[in-house]
Amino acid sequence: MNQTGPSLKRYAITRLALVVPMVFILLTLVFLLMRVAPGNPVSASLGGHAPPAVIKAISHQLGYDKPVYVQYGHYLGQIIRGNFGTTISDRRSVGSIILVNGAATLELTFFAMIVAIVVGMLVGLVSGRFRDSPVDTGGRLFGIVVYATPVFFLGLMAQLVFGVWLNWLPTSDQASPITQALLQTHTNIYFIDAIIDGNWSALKDVVEHLILPATTLGIVYGGVFIRLIRVNVIRTLKEDYIEAARARGINERSVVYRHAFRNALVPVITVVGLQLALLLGGAILTETTFNWPGLGHELYVYLQNRDYAAVQGIVVVFALVVVAASIVIDFASAFVDPRVRY
Amino acid sequence: MATAAVRLQRRTVGVRRALAPIADARGMARAMLWTGAGLTLVFVLLAIFAPILSPYSFDAYQSGGHRFAQLAHPSHSHLLGTTVQSTDVLSRIVWGAQTELEVVGLALAFGLVIGVPLGLLSGYFGGPLDRGAVLFMDAMFAFPPLLLAIVIAFLLGGSVNSGVLVAAFAITVTYVPQYFRVVRNHVISVREEPYVEAARALGAKPFTILRRYVFFNVVQNVPVIATLNAADAVLTLTALGFLGYGVQPSQGAEWGYDVSRAVSDAASGIWWTGLFPGLAIVLLVTGLTLLGEGLNETINPVLRRRRIARVDFAAPSLEPRSEILEP
Repeated sequence: MNQTGPSLKRYAITRLALVVPMVFILLTLVFLLMRVAPGNPVSASLGGHAPPAVIKAISHQLGYDKPVYVQYGHYLGQIIRGNFGTTISDRRSVGSIILVNGAATLELTFFAMIVAIVVGMLVGLVSGRFRDSPVDTGGRLFGIVVYATPVFFLGLMAQLVFGVWLNWLPTSDQASPITQALLQTHTNIYFIDAIIDGNWSALKDVVEHLILPATTLGIVYGGVFIRLIRVNVIRTLKEDYIEAARARGINERSVVYRHAFRNALVPVITVVGLQLALLLGGAILTETTFNWPGLGHELYVYLQNRDYAAVQGIVVVFALVVVAASIVIDFASAFVDPRVRY
Repeated sequence: MATAAVRLQRRTVGVRRALAPIADARGMARAMLWTGAGLTLVFVLLAIFAPILSPYSFDAYQSGGHRFAQLAHPSHSHLLGTTVQSTDVLSRIVWGAQTELEVVGLALAFGLVIGVPLGLLSGYFGGPLDRGAVLFMDAMFAFPPLLLAIVIAFLLGGSVNSGVLVAAFAITVTYVPQYFRVVRNHVISVREEPYVEAARALGAKPFTILRRYVFFNVVQNVPVIATLNAADAVLTLTALGFLGYGVQPSQGAEWGYDVSRAVSDAASGIWWTGLFPGLAIVLLVTGLTLLGEGLNETINPVLRRRRIARVDFAAPSLEPRSEILEP
C-alpha cells in the first residue's frame, strides 16, 4: 500500500492539472457560442418589443455594452468566484437555480441511475453468461429496442398507460401542490426533505411522482449498460484466470459469480461517468415530458424566452458537472485498477 | 505497369475480400445484419417514394374541399387517424422518413468530411497541433451531446432558414469529436506498423503514406461508427424536434415534433397521435442499430464468429476460403 501511495498521488496531480486548460477551453467555448449569436441578448430576452432606452439601460446595467474582451474577462472572473450570472428575463441568480432546480435534477437522475444499473446488470450479466442462447438473444434485443426508444416517447406511453388509463400514478410535477406547500425545504431534494421531517404522507407523494420519470429515464439508459456488461462478461469469461480457476476445480457457479462477474463490472465504473453526460441530456427530455422542475426543464423554458444569460449559466453548470464527474470516476478507477495510473 | 484490366481485377478482388466477412456472417450477427438492413431499407424506400406512397401531403388538413376531422380515430379514410390540426398521421410518418434521412445523411457527411481528415492529420503528424486538437475535442466531449445540439440549433435557428440544415449542423457538431477521436487513436497505432515504416524508408511522401496505407487501414472502422451514429443522430434529431428546434412544422414533417404535440392529447386518452410517430422512431433507430451492431460483429475480428471451412486433407484446396481463416 505504501508503494502505490505516491504514484496515485502523482496521477491525481497530473489529472487535476489537465483539467485547468480543459475547463478554460470549455468556458471560452460557451462564451463564444453565446456571443456569436446574432442579435442583442437583452432585447431578445425582453421579447424584442422593449423600447430602445430600456434596452440600453439594462444592457449597461448588465455590462453588455462593454467591449467583448472586457465582458469575457468579467465572465471568467465571476465564474472563478462561483458566480454564474443572473438571468435577464426574471433576474434570478443562476446559483439559486442550481440549488433549487439542480436538486430536482439530482433526485431524478440518481433514481434513474439506480434503475439503469439494476436493469443493465440483470440483463447484461445473464445475456453474457449464456451467450448465443435464446435468453441472450432476448436480452440483446431488449437492449437495442430500449436504446432505440426516445425517452420522451417512452415517457408519453407511460403517462398514457399508468397515468391516464390505469390512473395509478401522477404524470407531471415533482410533488402534488399540497406537498409542495407544506414540505419544509432543507436540501431542496424533496425525497430527503420528507425523510428529515418524518413526513411519511409527503414521502409517499414524492415517491409516486418520482416513479414514472425515474423509471422511464432509467430503463432507456439501462440499454447502454446491458450492451457494455454483456460484452465485458464475454471477454472476462475468455480470460486466462477464468481458465485457471476452472482448472483448479472451482465449481462453475463460483467461477462465474466470484471471478467473472466481479471483474466484468469494474469497467462499468468508467462508463457510469461517461453516461452522466448522456443521462443529463436525457434528463432535459424527461423533465420536459413530465414537467419536472429540474435544470433541464429550466433550460428549456429559458431557451423559449431567449434568455442568453440563463442559458449560458446553465450550460456552464452542466459542463462543469460532467468534468467533475469524470475526475471522480478517473480517480475511482485509478484506485481500483493500478494499470490506469500514469 | 498495371493495365486497366489488371487494375479492375485487383479492385474486384479487393472488394470481394472486404465483403467476405459479410457473406460469412453466421447466427445472431447475420440475423442482426439483415434485419437491420431490411428495416433501414423500408424507411429509405418510404423516404424516396413519399410522394407516391403518402395518401396526403404532410401538412394537408383537407382534401377536395372536404376538411378532415380533428383527432379522428384510425379508420378506413385515415388509417392511423388524424391530429389536432386535422393532418393525417400516416402521411406525416411517411414524409417524416424523408426529413429524418435527409438530416441524418447530411449530418453524417459533414461529420465524416470534417472529423476523419482532422483525425488523420492530427494522429499522423502529432506535435503541439495534435495536443491542442485533442484538448479542444475533449472539451467538446464534456457537453452532454444533446445539450450541445440544442444550443447550436437554438443559435442557428435565428439566422439559417432551412431547418434541415440547422438540425444537420447541430448534430454534426456533436459527432465530429467522436470521429476525430476514433480515427486519431487508430492512426497512432497504425503509424508505427512495419508497413508504414517500410513505406517511409522507401521514401514515400507523408501524404502518399496517409492516402495509401494509413487511410485504408483506419477507414474500416468508419462504417460501423457511422451506422451507429446514424441511429444516434435520429434520436438527437427527434429530440430537437420534440423540444421545438431544428426542422420547423412549416418546413416538413418531423416525428419528434409530432410526439411533442401528442403529449397534450395523451391527457385525454388519445394514443394514435403519439404512438405511431414514436414507433416509427423506434423502428428506424432499431434498424440502424442492428445494422451497425451486425457490421461490427462481422468486421471486428475480436467479436467475429465465423463458419469454419472443413479441412479436406485428401485434396488441399487453395480457394480464398482458407485465407479468410487466418486471423
